Amino acid sequence: MTSPADLSVVDPELSVEEARFNDLIAADSRIEPRDWMPDAYRKTLIRQISQHANSEIIGMQPESNWITRAPSLKRKAILMAKVQDEAGHGLYLYSAAQTLGITREEMTDQLIAGKARYSSIFNYTTPTWADMGAIGWLVDGAAICNQVPLCRASYGPYGRAMVRICKEESFHQRQGFEILLELMQGTEAQREMAQDAVNRWYWPSLMMFGPPDDESPNSAQSMAWNIKRFSNDELRQRFVGMLVPQAEVMGVTLPDPNLRFNEETGEYDMSEIDWTEFHEVLAGRGPANAERLRRRREAHEDGAWVREAAHEYARKQSERALAAAGAVA
Amino acid sequence: MSGADLDPHGDLHGDVSVDRLALTEELAGTAADGTTAVASPDAADYALRLGDDALVLAQQLGMWIARAPELEEDVALGNIALDLIGHARSLLHYAGTASGRSEDDLAYWRGEPEFRNAWLFEQPNGDFAHTIARQLAASAYLFELYSRLVDSSDPTLAAIAAKSVKEVDYHRDHATQWVLRLAGGTEESRRRMLLAIADTWPYVDELFVDDALVERLAATGVAVLPSSLRPAFDAVIDEVFAEAVLERPAGRTAFIASGGGREGRHTEHLGPLLAEMQVLARAHPGASW
Repeated sequence: MTSPADLSVVDPELSVEEARFNDLIAADSRIEPRDWMPDAYRKTLIRQISQHANSEIIGMQPESNWITRAPSLKRKAILMAKVQDEAGHGLYLYSAAQTLGITREEMTDQLIAGKARYSSIFNYTTPTWADMGAIGWLVDGAAICNQVPLCRASYGPYGRAMVRICKEESFHQRQGFEILLELMQGTEAQREMAQDAVNRWYWPSLMMFGPPDDESPNSAQSMAWNIKRFSNDELRQRFVGMLVPQAEVMGVTLPDPNLRFNEETGEYDMSEIDWTEFHEVLAGRGPANAERLRRRREAHEDGAWVREAAHEYARKQSERALAAAGAVA
Repeated sequence: MSGADLDPHGDLHGDVSVDRLALTEELAGTAADGTTAVASPDAADYALRLGDDALVLAQQLGMWIARAPELEEDVALGNIALDLIGHARSLLHYAGTASGRSEDDLAYWRGEPEFRNAWLFEQPNGDFAHTIARQLAASAYLFELYSRLVDSSDPTLAAIAAKSVKEVDYHRDHATQWVLRLAGGTEESRRRMLLAIADTWPYVDELFVDDALVERLAATGVAVLPSSLRPAFDAVIDEVFAEAVLERPAGRTAFIASGGGREGRHTEHLGPLLAEMQVLARAHPGASW
């Protein structure tokens, strides 16, 4: 195992390299896997990309919950495609993180051991079909606001993975919007279901942007490194600005009586976010933290014999190929 | 606050349109204007059998998503399930033209005795080896079926088969690769694969049983006689099993061969599967989604 720290030996000779790194960042250019980079930059990226990958993987669960019960075949197909996209995003992101010197196994083990973080939003549960709409509209909508700027993240493999991911996320958000719109145009029970889901997901989706700027310790460095482009609060404002007209089209109410556009500041005024809840869920005390991890661990453990079989089969095949080559020679 | 102010480099997805989206995929076998020819009552019954096979199998494979042995399999099994849902939608849509019922009406509002899938498709996922054994039998059968159905005298069925055959070819390859890996992997994987083949194979015979409906349809070139597919199916399976050093379970199972699924008699597994699939739709009669 190579730990990230082993890859960049700090030595006075490298000041040239460091200067080059700084120049690349200043020119808003890309850093590539073989380029020298500061340890802290590497660690920050490994943490961020692996958390992002883990979020995609854990994020499959609340939605896969409804694949078997989707209320029409079209919805079933769209939902399957969406959850499958999320597995694909996890794969691209794990690959991007691997270019920084961590293995997929290490990241998987950290996730299963409960040592790696993933987005807290997936610790909320999906009791109704309308949650599929709310996740698409609000959770994927917030993810898009967070992720579009990451397409220009200074680390090349991450930025490129994000371009692909954002294209698919944008489709996910629109299908979520369509689910809610359909419900809002449906029966009384369907409208109630949609509003209830929006009520439950609205605040957690605003929390996805992270703590307010003055309480976000890592943000400044990430912005200096061109990993992060906009502050948490800027992105949160932007998201709310996107939601308001869409909520009007659908006829759902955003559950904040104080939400209004302030002409003077040019921003939305809103109620105080309940950060206690955020920190509780982050600390593992959300509605489904334990269940999400248990399910991932079970899938991993139940599949161990399959992965071992594939590995063993591949080993035997290459042995046979070598033996055959030897026989020919 | 506009996207341009925030992001001088150009923002790919800042503006999310709220237009009503057309997410309905084109159904195979429909004309450019969205219409489908009306199926004869016999062709509708036949399409229902094929559609139910695909739907029930898709429902089963959908259960693997987020539970597969590795992420690549979440993607692969999800892909296969998606293909099958596509086949089911096209086939049920066509079946419904004879009675004025929609694909969803047929999927969600028929009871268990009205389902026409063969028993193989409703057998539970079991462990990964059981799913793969079922996939091998199902995809090898579907490949032979659709390969022949592309020449159907019914243009809608021919069009659906033409689209589906390319996909089930991939499904068959996926199943074959896993049979080889599991049979030739570790001791445990081989033990599980052998057990899965033994548990699955009694359900194979039913796929190849002819009855009055398919005989009438085959006479006019609409359907393919299931019995005529058996030699090609066996040849493919023999080849896979030879490479995997497995033996095809011998002996016929009369209770299976007598067939049940095509007449609406099912094993104990279909009821719970349908109950889960239909629960939400049935809680909201008349609702659209």
